[in-house]
Amino acid sequence: MPVPAYTFLLLSGALFTMGAIGFLVRRNPLVVFMCIELMLNAVNLAFAAVSRYLNSLDGVVFAFLVITVAAAEVVVGIAIIVQVYRAGRQMDVDGLDLMKE
Amino acid sequence: MDTLAPLVLLAPLAGFLVNALIGRQLPRRVVGWVGAGSVGLAFLFALLILAQVLQGQKLDQTYFTWWQSGDFNVPFNLYVDALSTLMILVITGVGFLIHVYSIGYMEEDQGYSRFFAYMNLFVLSMLLLVLSGNLVWLIIGWAGVGLSSYLLIGFWFERTSAVLAARKAFVMNTIGDVGMIFAAFLIFLNLRVMDYTAIFGRVHQLPKGGMVITAICLLLLVGAVAKSAQLPLHTWLPDAMEGPTPVSALIHAATMVTAGVYLVARMHLLYDWAPTAAATVAVVGGVTAFFAATIGTAQVDIKRILAYSTMSQIGYMFLAVGIGAYAAGMFHFMTHAFFKALLFMAAGNVIHAFHDDQDIRHMGNLRAGLPITFWTFLVGTLSISGFPLLAGFFSKDEIIRAALNLAGSEFWLGVLALITAGLTAYYMFRLFFIAFGWEWLSRDDRHLHEAAPIQTVPIVILATGAVVAGYIPVSNFLSPIFGNPVEQNIAVVIGLAALSVLVGLAGFGMAYLLHARRPELAVAWRTRLRPLHTLVEHKYFVDELYDLVFVRPGLALARFLNDRIEPKVIDGAVNGVADFFLVEAKEFRLIQTGRVRSYALWTLGGAIGVVLVVAAFLGYLPVRLG
Repeated sequence: MPVPAYTFLLLSGALFTMGAIGFLVRRNPLVVFMCIELMLNAVNLAFAAVSRYLNSLDGVVFAFLVITVAAAEVVVGIAIIVQVYRAGRQMDVDGLDLMKE
Repeated sequence: MDTLAPLVLLAPLAGFLVNALIGRQLPRRVVGWVGAGSVGLAFLFALLILAQVLQGQKLDQTYFTWWQSGDFNVPFNLYVDALSTLMILVITGVGFLIHVYSIGYMEEDQGYSRFFAYMNLFVLSMLLLVLSGNLVWLIIGWAGVGLSSYLLIGFWFERTSAVLAARKAFVMNTIGDVGMIFAAFLIFLNLRVMDYTAIFGRVHQLPKGGMVITAICLLLLVGAVAKSAQLPLHTWLPDAMEGPTPVSALIHAATMVTAGVYLVARMHLLYDWAPTAAATVAVVGGVTAFFAATIGTAQVDIKRILAYSTMSQIGYMFLAVGIGAYAAGMFHFMTHAFFKALLFMAAGNVIHAFHDDQDIRHMGNLRAGLPITFWTFLVGTLSISGFPLLAGFFSKDEIIRAALNLAGSEFWLGVLALITAGLTAYYMFRLFFIAFGWEWLSRDDRHLHEAAPIQTVPIVILATGAVVAGYIPVSNFLSPIFGNPVEQNIAVVIGLAALSVLVGLAGFGMAYLLHARRPELAVAWRTRLRPLHTLVEHKYFVDELYDLVFVRPGLALARFLNDRIEPKVIDGAVNGVADFFLVEAKEFRLIQTGRVRSYALWTLGGAIGVVLVVAAFLGYLPVRLG
């Protein structure tokens, strides 16, 4: 029995919501980072599912693009987190408010 | 000839570039001879052109198209006929002598190479002005002359008066430039062409004496009046004496002030087609001739007297071209170039001898001290006063005769010109008697030194010209353009000549009586005519009038704008806008918390909002938008 396409979208939506809420409520930068990855992959899942549903490769191509961008983003993000840690700052997202008005 | 004409322009251009770019590195002798030599070279080319023009050749050659837009086409074309040939001969010939004179005169000056660069630029602009075959390049040359005169009048820029004089000349000239440019606009709007040949061919499409052609000619006249220092834009010329004396000679004799006369003569087909405008030219010229001559009678600065004399003589030329006696006007232009350049350069020698003192009352004893300058100045004075058989006699008589031959207002202008001839003789001999100290006036033992040969030889050459130039058949030379000279009844010619000689003699006699024979009479008369004398001495208070009417209100307006409008209105508007945003932004700044999570919340909210709006538009929500 084939799984209907909307279930993938529901799963994707659930994953995205979890990521978004995690991003908003957690304060540890590493966990925040993982939440971002969760959201990106939720989107990837939606891309792949719809791509299959429509019998088109366009969505998959976008998914690959997102994976690439996510990889690059992780490199930069982790490097920043390491530097912040080295600078002796607290590992708390709310503490990093140098950009405030 | 199509290669010679550009060469005439390229020679001073090369001189200008050399002196402007590397002049400071070159030895002074080289600088001077590059400056003078380039103009001399141009003179040789001009002579070659003359030889071809005398054989009846003409040139209207387009070298390249400068720019083109729709049917607006500006070629670079040179137009050589008898008129422009006469002009370039005088410009380069007299200009060359002035340059040679400058080699000696400017010897001690710091800005030697700068001076020659400017002088060459001046000659270049003037040559471009007269050789151009279309209005656009004429205006470029016109503006170039204005620029270089500005640079040269303000040459000694550490003197405030020189800077002010330069600025005044520039402003006055710019008024004229605007007139010229508007005339060019009108010509293009109505005739759709810019080059002379086409303009002259099409001018008869306009209604004769109509609004358009009259407006064009009057606007051209504004340019001519400003450049030639005629009423009412004349005030810059006396002040232009702040420049070095060779500059005065160049401005007054060979170039610049005669540009207006050239313009009217060049555009004579247009002026023939607009009688009102032509009459205006004549009136401006006749009145200026008289007006300037009266001022000249009461000045004490040697160069200023000569400046007013120039104004007066240019007035004669305007009168001539205004009444249609174009050949007579150009003839007077040529003879005037000789004797006025001579007078200025001789005056320069005198000023040098008296250590830059220009007051004629301090001078004297020049026959013993500066014999060459003395005798040549006498020749120039005689020539300008119309002494029989000298150059000025022929050319001035031709103008007066042409004016007196006409009925109506021109006749009265002729009478005015005749009176002016007497005044000319008076003020020139007044200058001569006071400054050059006839023996019975001053016997002093000041040791004056004659200038070096490089300063006297050009003057002697010019003096020769001032004697013999009257015998050059300029009218016949120009007849291809202006038509054959009208045959005159020989008795009328002689009668008028005798009359003008008598008037000149009267002026001379007055000067002799008042300033040589019985100076105490001059003092008595001055006291008796106190108000009149004051009026004339202060140049009819024109400067003061302009100061009152234009400068002061202008300054007051500027001050008002600066003190009231600028801080309140302009700054108020700009600062008000900035303040408004500053105050409003104060509230919004608070959302910039620096907290990543709050930004993320805003982003999420925004994204959800966008999704909701799109969904509503597409009809997925119970709300209907759009």
